[in-house]
Amino acid sequence: MPDPFISIEPYDIMTNALKSPLSGRIVALCAEPQSSVAPGDTLLIVESMKMEIPVEAEASGKVAKFLVEVGDDVTEGQALVELQ
Amino acid sequence: MNTASPAHAATLRPLRRILVANRGAVAARVIRAAHRLGLEAVAIHSTADAGLPYLRDADAAICIGEGPATQSYLDQDAVLQAARDCGADAIHPGYGFLSENADFAERVEAAGLCFIGPSPRWIRELGHKTAARALMQQHGMPMTHSSDLLPADIDAVIATADAMGYPLMLKPANGGGGIGMLPVRGRAEVADALRQAQSTAAKAFGSAQLYFETLIESPRHVEFQFLADRYGNVRCLHERDCSVQRRNQKVVEEAPAPGIDRAEVEQMGQRLASILGGMGYDVIGTVEMLYTPSTGFTFLEVNTRLQVEHAVTEEVTGIDIVAAQIRLASGEHIDSVLPPRIAASGHAVEARIYAEDPVRFFPSPGTLAAFQAPEAPGIRVETGYCEGARVSSFYDPMIAKVISHGADRADAIRGLRSALETFHVSGVKTNIPFVLRILEDEEFVAARLHTQLGMRLAATRPQAMPTPQSAQATARA
Repeated sequence: MPDPFISIEPYDIMTNALKSPLSGRIVALCAEPQSSVAPGDTLLIVESMKMEIPVEAEASGKVAKFLVEVGDDVTEGQALVELQ
Repeated sequence: MNTASPAHAATLRPLRRILVANRGAVAARVIRAAHRLGLEAVAIHSTADAGLPYLRDADAAICIGEGPATQSYLDQDAVLQAARDCGADAIHPGYGFLSENADFAERVEAAGLCFIGPSPRWIRELGHKTAARALMQQHGMPMTHSSDLLPADIDAVIATADAMGYPLMLKPANGGGGIGMLPVRGRAEVADALRQAQSTAAKAFGSAQLYFETLIESPRHVEFQFLADRYGNVRCLHERDCSVQRRNQKVVEEAPAPGIDRAEVEQMGQRLASILGGMGYDVIGTVEMLYTPSTGFTFLEVNTRLQVEHAVTEEVTGIDIVAAQIRLASGEHIDSVLPPRIAASGHAVEARIYAEDPVRFFPSPGTLAAFQAPEAPGIRVETGYCEGARVSSFYDPMIAKVISHGADRADAIRGLRSALETFHVSGVKTNIPFVLRILEDEEFVAARLHTQLGMRLAATRPQAMPTPQSAQATARA
């Protein structure tokens, strides 16, 4: 079998865009556009298979704009929010 | 179906057609059991599940709504309407969804149908965790210290926690299945834990009521399976060990529980059977206990339904638990359904296969481009999926259970390992690599089981993944 711990694609963040770690549905946007965020702040929540997965900022910055709305279906790797 | 003795004939309700009010592996399982008993089985499904293979095995399949569970499998009106439309005389709720909803069970009975589960009063009384603890304590059940429902005032909560002493486990009163539980190891952690647990409990169970239990560190999760008739006769089908979990959700289950003195286990099983019999508990239930060598068995909760992991008990006892559940619910006497003494032979181990990332445990919905379940002697696979089927994001991520029955524990583990190595799934990620790591783990193989084992393996993965989002998952019912 292939080594699953290596074959899983790592997260990669496109320039300033945070990507969805999983497929699911956006259930909440948790920051205001143009607001400042700190590492660990929840930016939005993706729901899938009875789980709510908070997507958090990994660095300090400012929310430029959300690329999705509440109720949108998203796929893994899809850009969710632009930061600056 | 056999008939009960004349004394019980008044309450015997011979069944003809069962509505299967669930989806996936358990729906497939109930359809099979019904057919084995010569009964018809009518399936329900949401629009998202229209292509699942077990629907073709049912005598009819009724679409009851859209993908979200609240618009289909949790929609009581829609489920009851489907039962009326197809002329069902009974409803099997499976597990999850409406299976532990006392209001639903009452509505089923009020509609003149047989609810294939315990009487609604048991679902209600045992579903509320502090009420269940109080009830079981009256009956002499061993348990750890616990608080009353926690007040709204944070200072009062801290005073309660201080008085009990740490560590504590904060739990939703209306919860179950490990969802929303948080350990509290000191006064400084109370406020944060309270906030987080209230939010999870409100979302998952519709009630933010919480309580404390004294925390037992790294216990084993051992549970006892019971079947009962409607006349106060309860039989114990022995125990299962379900200690291997991830995020408080079971992953690997086995029967019997290895490494505990058999006399101690059998004595506990008989004691519980006598408590349940004395209460008049009926049809089916599982008493979940925590176990450590120093504390012995302590009460956790009663699940008033069929469990996901019932198959390991079926493998070692040879009893078709679902068929027995149906017959007992219909009013048959236990002596016509089960042998007087239930023997167990060999060892069975089950792995729950989830469509999820095996490292981060994030759900991984998608279409099953390949789905080739293992076939081998001693291997049983329970699933509601097939190649080409869609695993939607609306429901829980379990796509299959693989059960291995062997002469002894080592044999069963070996069988499960080779089965999982040949289980070919593509299109979604699965936890198979994680399960294989468990099955090869030294602590697991030596049967040094405890509820932290799964998360220890998750934390010590060979290579830490870079996780810029450092996302953290919270369970939701």
